[in-house]
Amino acid sequence: MSVADLNNQSAPTKAPTVDAEEARRARRRRIEKTARWLLPLLVMALMIWVWDRIVVWNEIPHFILPSPGRVWGSLTGDWAILWDSALLTGRITLMALAIAVIGGAGLAILFNQNKMVELSLYPYAVILQVTPVVAIAPLIFIYVESKTVGMLLCAWLVAFFPVLSSTTLGLNSVDHNLRDLFRIYGATRWQRLWMLQLPSALPYFLGGLKIAGGLSLIGAVVAELVAGTGGVGTGLAFRIQEAGYRLNIARMFAALAIVAAMGVFIFAALSLLSHMLLRKWHESAIKREH
Amino acid sequence: MAKIAPFSERQELLRVNAVDKVFPGDVQALRAMSLTVREGDFISLLGPSGCGKSTALRLIAGLSAPTSGRIEWAKTRAQGDLGVVFQEPTLMPWATVAQNVYLPFRLEGQPYNAVKDNVLEALKLVGLDKFQNAYPRELSGGMKMRVSIARAMVTQPELILMDEPFAALDEITRFKLNNDLLEMQARIGCTVIFVTHSVFESVFLSDRIVVMAARPGRVIEELHVDAPYPRNENFRTSAEYAAHCRAASQALELAMEAAA
Repeated sequence: MSVADLNNQSAPTKAPTVDAEEARRARRRRIEKTARWLLPLLVMALMIWVWDRIVVWNEIPHFILPSPGRVWGSLTGDWAILWDSALLTGRITLMALAIAVIGGAGLAILFNQNKMVELSLYPYAVILQVTPVVAIAPLIFIYVESKTVGMLLCAWLVAFFPVLSSTTLGLNSVDHNLRDLFRIYGATRWQRLWMLQLPSALPYFLGGLKIAGGLSLIGAVVAELVAGTGGVGTGLAFRIQEAGYRLNIARMFAALAIVAAMGVFIFAALSLLSHMLLRKWHESAIKREH
Repeated sequence: MAKIAPFSERQELLRVNAVDKVFPGDVQALRAMSLTVREGDFISLLGPSGCGKSTALRLIAGLSAPTSGRIEWAKTRAQGDLGVVFQEPTLMPWATVAQNVYLPFRLEGQPYNAVKDNVLEALKLVGLDKFQNAYPRELSGGMKMRVSIARAMVTQPELILMDEPFAALDEITRFKLNNDLLEMQARIGCTVIFVTHSVFESVFLSDRIVVMAARPGRVIEELHVDAPYPRNENFRTSAEYAAHCRAASQALELAMEAAA
């Protein structure tokens, strides 16, 4: 609703009742609001029940498919070990995301400010992106002494590109009339970057950030699997691999559940950040009345 | 604040001197355009699309350079001496109304508190001082255009260039903004070059109408609308207005024939 609409609302025309269509619409909105969280929970409960029945009715041994109860037992029983591993994987993920943001956005700004640098380096950014990280990782661990640095490098390789490409797109998507206006008022290159291009690029950057969040977790997990047992590597991916060797399938499921939960948490946190930054002005954050 | 001098006593502000503009592919956007702009003039560039009226505006704004010919200013200009209003409101969506109007000063390096009064005064001039903290998306199309005009006027420039600013608005809003624009111009005492394809709008607003033809873009005729200011709804319904509209329509007809 615009301010103009607000002004036009005069007091006496206030409708005493809502008509039938509006009432139906309101009811549908209420039902949808509940269904949004209730239905996924019901689906999960159903799946777990079916899983449990399959295991029990077919008498499947737990080293092939553990029952949900056994997985829950592993999750609570091994919590101390799993939590430590989750902290390690989480730390690598967040650090990789941080340098992906700095590197990706930094490169985007550099490319935007200097066309020659962009022409020279952009093809290599693409090559780094399209080469599967699993294929590069073994080489990285040959040349990089520290496991932590190696894992960070792997995760960064996967995560920086979405930030780079979406921020580049954003920096180039400035309204051309606003660009002309800045020229007429004699804006310097820094004023244009700071007051015009960066705010214009913000929604694009945040879109890339959401993708990069998920990718940096994938990068961290892949890096752990490749890095193997030596050194600091006792993250969640390592736990999954280790439990697999010992046929402790329940712990594999438990560790997998934690990895998935971390991914969801990162996505939710970044979505919230994006909403907070854009809610005042950007179209994506505006709730429509109809 | 500068008062607008009588028509015959105005000082020269700038001269467009035999300007050609050719775009790549041999597209002649402007041929031999000459125009003398004097302080206080309200000039409309009237013509069909493709007649180079927006190109002329961009040349005067210094956003592009003529292929040949010159644009000569009577005196050297500072940053805030030129205001521009585009066809779209062209506001920064992430900034409030007041921050948008503050932009020309901000780019000059002025702190907000030093020019706050100017910003609020410009907003009062367009009738939006109550909306200084609103974001552009909360405003209607007409209100956004008013913010854009306030931004162009906030530095009290000598010259304001307007490129079909009201073309996307409804008739009622446009009439209101036409009236208000004349009032604001009189208050600030600035010169206006106004691009339009509406005969009625050009007659109502301007004291000089430059009629242009397309392919190649060129000046066909210059009309003088000698009705006195302030003009209001009475002028819009007068026989004098109708006569001027007829003359402008005929000139435009001529321009269309010349192009075909």
